[in-house]
Amino acid sequence: MKNLKRIIAMLMAATLMVAAFSACGDSQETTTAAQGDESNRAKTAEGGTFLIGGIGPLTGPAAVYGIAVQRGAQIAIDEINAAGGVNGMTLALDFQDDEHDAEKAVNAYNTIKDNGAKVLLGTVTSTPCEAVVEKTYEDGMFQLTPSGSSVNAICHENAFRICFSDPSQGTAAAQYIKENLGYTKVAVIYDNSDVYSSGIYEKFVAEAQVQGIEIVSAQAFSGADNKDFNTQLIAINNAQPEIVFLPIYYQAAALILQQSSKAGYNFKFFGCDGLDGIIGQLEGDAALAEGVMLLTPFVSDDPAENVQSFVQAYQAAYGEIPNQFAADAYDGVYTIKAALEQAQITDASADVREIGTALSEAILQITVEGVTGTMKWTEDGECAKTPKGMVISNGVYTAITQ
Amino acid sequence: MKNKKTDVSAGVLKTIGFKSTAGNKIITILIPILFFGICQMLVSYGVLGSLFEGLLVPLCFYIIMAVSLNLTVGILGELSLGHAGFMCVGAYVGGIFSFITQETITSPWIRFPLAILIGGLAAAIFGLLIGIPILRLSGDYLAIVTLAFGEIVKNIMQNIYLAKDINGLHFSFATAIDPAKLDMATKVDILKGPMALKGVPRDANLIVALVLVVITLIVILNLIDSRTGRAIMSIRDNRIAAESSGINITKYKLIVFGLSAFFAGVAGVLASHYNMVTEAKKFDYNTSILILVFVVLGGLGKMRGTIIATILLYALPELLRGLQSYRMLVYAIVLIVMMIVNNNPWFIEQRKRLKAFLFKNKKAEMEEN
Repeated sequence: MKNLKRIIAMLMAATLMVAAFSACGDSQETTTAAQGDESNRAKTAEGGTFLIGGIGPLTGPAAVYGIAVQRGAQIAIDEINAAGGVNGMTLALDFQDDEHDAEKAVNAYNTIKDNGAKVLLGTVTSTPCEAVVEKTYEDGMFQLTPSGSSVNAICHENAFRICFSDPSQGTAAAQYIKENLGYTKVAVIYDNSDVYSSGIYEKFVAEAQVQGIEIVSAQAFSGADNKDFNTQLIAINNAQPEIVFLPIYYQAAALILQQSSKAGYNFKFFGCDGLDGIIGQLEGDAALAEGVMLLTPFVSDDPAENVQSFVQAYQAAYGEIPNQFAADAYDGVYTIKAALEQAQITDASADVREIGTALSEAILQITVEGVTGTMKWTEDGECAKTPKGMVISNGVYTAITQ
Repeated sequence: MKNKKTDVSAGVLKTIGFKSTAGNKIITILIPILFFGICQMLVSYGVLGSLFEGLLVPLCFYIIMAVSLNLTVGILGELSLGHAGFMCVGAYVGGIFSFITQETITSPWIRFPLAILIGGLAAAIFGLLIGIPILRLSGDYLAIVTLAFGEIVKNIMQNIYLAKDINGLHFSFATAIDPAKLDMATKVDILKGPMALKGVPRDANLIVALVLVVITLIVILNLIDSRTGRAIMSIRDNRIAAESSGINITKYKLIVFGLSAFFAGVAGVLASHYNMVTEAKKFDYNTSILILVFVVLGGLGKMRGTIIATILLYALPELLRGLQSYRMLVYAIVLIVMMIVNNNPWFIEQRKRLKAFLFKNKKAEMEEN
């Protein structure tokens, strides 16, 4: 009898718990909906609110990318809504945190699905993107990642990207170093535990052979926890390269710059889009970034009108210069807008799969003039655009002039 | 090993025969069954959304992880900080096995149990391997060694290159496989160093996961309740006394490490067959600590509490998504408050009173009926 009572008590507790959970679920939906309402301050159009889901790291070590994407996308959405929306629909953004973790990204995806998102702008980082792309493929949702650069991140026909892929960055970097800068002795420092870094490195090595570049020293480190690069720098100094290639993120690159300067080395550095943000990371030592070259599709001091209006809007809203991730997201929203117009979607409540199929076809037919260049998409989801060579001088990115 | 087997089967018989603590055990086993049953029902009726649906299987493998860690930390009384390492071994070994055999063994009903067994056994071997050198250690020293073990496993997995072609498997450590050795036309990359393991068939579902949770609970609960379990607990309570009573400490420690690693491996296999990608980075000390938090909050040596704590703590950050950027802050505060409140004497007193009150009421009700 005693046991029976206990079982009943446990049953009650279980019911209570489930009730509490479902209550949580409900309240959560209402808050997000409320936030949605808040974010489209512009007038509600007849077509309803077209909800764009976003996923990226808002907390954790990669948070800077997620936050930039969220802000860049929000600016584009506000602009579009102020100009009257798309096909009579108002756009709204529901951006969820994935902590740069594949498992959490799937949870975030399920959340935006519950909240009624019709397309996905994300995810921001590669590995979570590889997990989420399987889910969007299952559901037929149109996915456009602003910055997920690994090959597998867009392996299905419903997924496209704004940024360059890792292999194309490696190839482009090798070509640029040889053809535009004329260097043939290159040293590399890369993170062998990181998909982005090792992906670029692998293709860089392959293309370097084709180009006749000699890799005099390739130094690997493992993980973002690595803080001491002196061993790698000494080895590189012994190899006497003409330029040091850094296919890594800016946090590690900032440490490399600081330690290299402390040791008295005078290397020329060349990097990819991951170096974007290095000036902010160096803080007081910003002068160290002088002369660092990088290949990136976006520069904030580009005099083009659309770039400047975006930079000003971003600065006015968030008080900082947008980085490349914000620009990718901004272009991503405008791409979704152009595709929606091309596919003539006017009903925001249409089925996710219907919208997905229509948009996947429409995106192949459009050309978008964005802040990261002129973009056209191919069936494999890649975006064709040319990277620009940039050099940091006087604390700002400027185009490399030969 | 033979001893353990007979103990377990005797325990199962005892469970069916409703003897001694069997009722308590049944309740503990019923909690996850009921919880997941009710949740699945609510999901299919549309009350709970896809977020919740997506949480159910991860909850299952975290429960297996937490319960198996509780065996080491709560029952044996040794602090292990490398539990995610065993999960990593299971996830990779089981995942690679299914990846390779998905064309030869087409039925998931044969392939998946095999993968679970192989992944679990591989993790158990690692558990025994780590168990042997650290038998002389305990306390902080053991914690440090297990922490290092978890990191070593993670780093090894991050450096494996494995590809399949018409000639069979090609393996390379730390450097990419020489393309000249591969038959490019039939080449399939399985593991590429730090790149995530992708393409494991998605064999896991809630039913299988729940069955594994129940099996884990039956085995571990009965082990604790057996002669072996009492011997293990005597080592925890007083090692010298246990040793002088003729208890073979080496043997029992190895049993615990092996079994705990086995189930962590099973959880890993489940994870790699459910998640779309498996990344070695995921199994770092943060994950080990997370599982330890589930165990500590649930109660050392208390399996039922561990299950409830796992469900609450894993689901909480997801359910707090409505708070946007304050989510992790609130989660941390809730965690601190729960830890303090759970151990507060006043609160424990109130909880006991509430319990007494509830049971008394029900007794009265029943008498009325």
